[in-house]
Amino acid sequence: MSCLQTVADYGLRSIGIGERLLPRADITLCEQITLIGSGMLWNIYFGLLAILFGFFSATAMALAKNSRYKPLRKAAEWFIFLFRGSPLFIQFFFGYFLFLSLKQSFPLFDAFTSAWIGAAIVLWLNTTAYSAEIFYGALQSIPKGDIEAADAYGLSGWKRFRRITWPTLLRLAWPAYTNEAIFIFHSTTLVFFSGFPALQQKGDALYYASYFADKTFNPFIPYPILAGYFVCVTLCIILTFGAINRYLNRHLPSSKRPRLRLRPQVIR
Amino acid sequence: MTTGKHLAFYASFGTVLMLLAVTAPLALAFGFFSATGSRAQFAPLRWVSQTYMALVRGIPDIAFFLFFVIALDQGIEWLRHQAKCPDWSEPIRQGNDFIVCAAAKMPLNNAPESVHQIYGFALAVLTFAIVFGAFAGNVLAGAMNTVPHGQIETAEAYGMSHRQAFWRIIVPQMWIYALPGLSNLWMVLIKATPLLFLLGVEDVVYWARELGGTKNIRFTEYPHGDWRMWYFLALLVFYLLFTKVSEIVLSRVTRKLSQGQATAGGEALRKAGAAP
Repeated sequence: MSCLQTVADYGLRSIGIGERLLPRADITLCEQITLIGSGMLWNIYFGLLAILFGFFSATAMALAKNSRYKPLRKAAEWFIFLFRGSPLFIQFFFGYFLFLSLKQSFPLFDAFTSAWIGAAIVLWLNTTAYSAEIFYGALQSIPKGDIEAADAYGLSGWKRFRRITWPTLLRLAWPAYTNEAIFIFHSTTLVFFSGFPALQQKGDALYYASYFADKTFNPFIPYPILAGYFVCVTLCIILTFGAINRYLNRHLPSSKRPRLRLRPQVIR
Repeated sequence: MTTGKHLAFYASFGTVLMLLAVTAPLALAFGFFSATGSRAQFAPLRWVSQTYMALVRGIPDIAFFLFFVIALDQGIEWLRHQAKCPDWSEPIRQGNDFIVCAAAKMPLNNAPESVHQIYGFALAVLTFAIVFGAFAGNVLAGAMNTVPHGQIETAEAYGMSHRQAFWRIIVPQMWIYALPGLSNLWMVLIKATPLLFLLGVEDVVYWARELGGTKNIRFTEYPHGDWRMWYFLALLVFYLLFTKVSEIVLSRVTRKLSQGQATAGGEALRKAGAAP
């Protein structure tokens, strides 16, 4: 079987298109690369969804934590503590079984036990908490002068937030937020190892990598392939977020722009 | 609540704590060696430690955990195979199989179950130590570089050798600079412990899944429905409490270490002490 044929068969295997049976014997390098790459679709899906929704909810959560209204502030603090203080792995398990129990009482939650929505929600809440902490830190370090200047210009309320607070907030938080984005992509590998079932073997990249490691007893091929894919995704994120960083700081001379500093982290 | 399985569940909390107790010093040692190595005057040693730190930090988290356990296991078996069965003629990698002679199996096939479990646990500890050692090494290397340069110059002015200056000046002073990074790492380490489950150790996650599952009146004394949600809620609370307590303890330690240091924290303490 040629490599092109393999790509046609397994390229979209992770979303259920193509050959049903996974390769069992005589596994070729091409099959490993194709299937693990097909699994990456899930990682990208979860990562993008979490970042897109997480960005806005995290901004709201950071504002809530900074609010003068005590119940709101306390609620945000608790939310952030809950999700930052416990392992994501346990959160996945708890989320899955919570949805499973809810499903029995309310048919509305039927879809939530499958990974595409259930795990995405857990990831979304998790990244909201972590990003909110970053944004909150940035909110605290907005220069006093900026706000005073805005007041002097007669800006207030929504307008001041939109024109002054928010852009400064983003500028300050962006390097840390880039790391958070990379990190949430890495965390997506946990999904199919934590309760959420990979129906019909439709799993993510790590799911297929460990499948191959199990079948061939040779971890030295699938895991480096996986690592290669993740390095590519990480590079894409760095490029995108670097471009946004340049856009955010376009008013500054290039020598004064804050540089993105990569700080890889382990599991959360 | 006190059946044998439940006792195993409670004991698995001990497993988590033990993992932390063993891994933290080990990872710190790994980190210290690689940090020292990255400052060594002997170039190859410097390269090795820098590569180690860069490699582990650059590759995604969990893949490393899955990879290392098999790789370490196979590596150990391969070494034993070379030592114990020199006249073994067949290749070790036969297609999809990894075959070593029976005497080289680790642990031996006839070993009791507990040995298998301990070996699995030891592999897990080593994996954690390797991964976290690289991060700790990075933190410590940063801390060593942050110790004010004047301190080292003074040491040299007093005639200390490179080694003496390192052990007497840098190492005692670097901890305050390393502490924020290390405490962050400790939090991450706590939150990484459920991954023991992926490494095949019967830990809290394993037992919570086992015990929470639907129980039938025929098989157990305590029949109940699907309680896994509650078991995992308990785990969630356990970890929350654990991180909260660590946070409080670490902030105390920071305060303690800041005393007499030329940092903002130390300065604040000095002023607070001088004021009354």
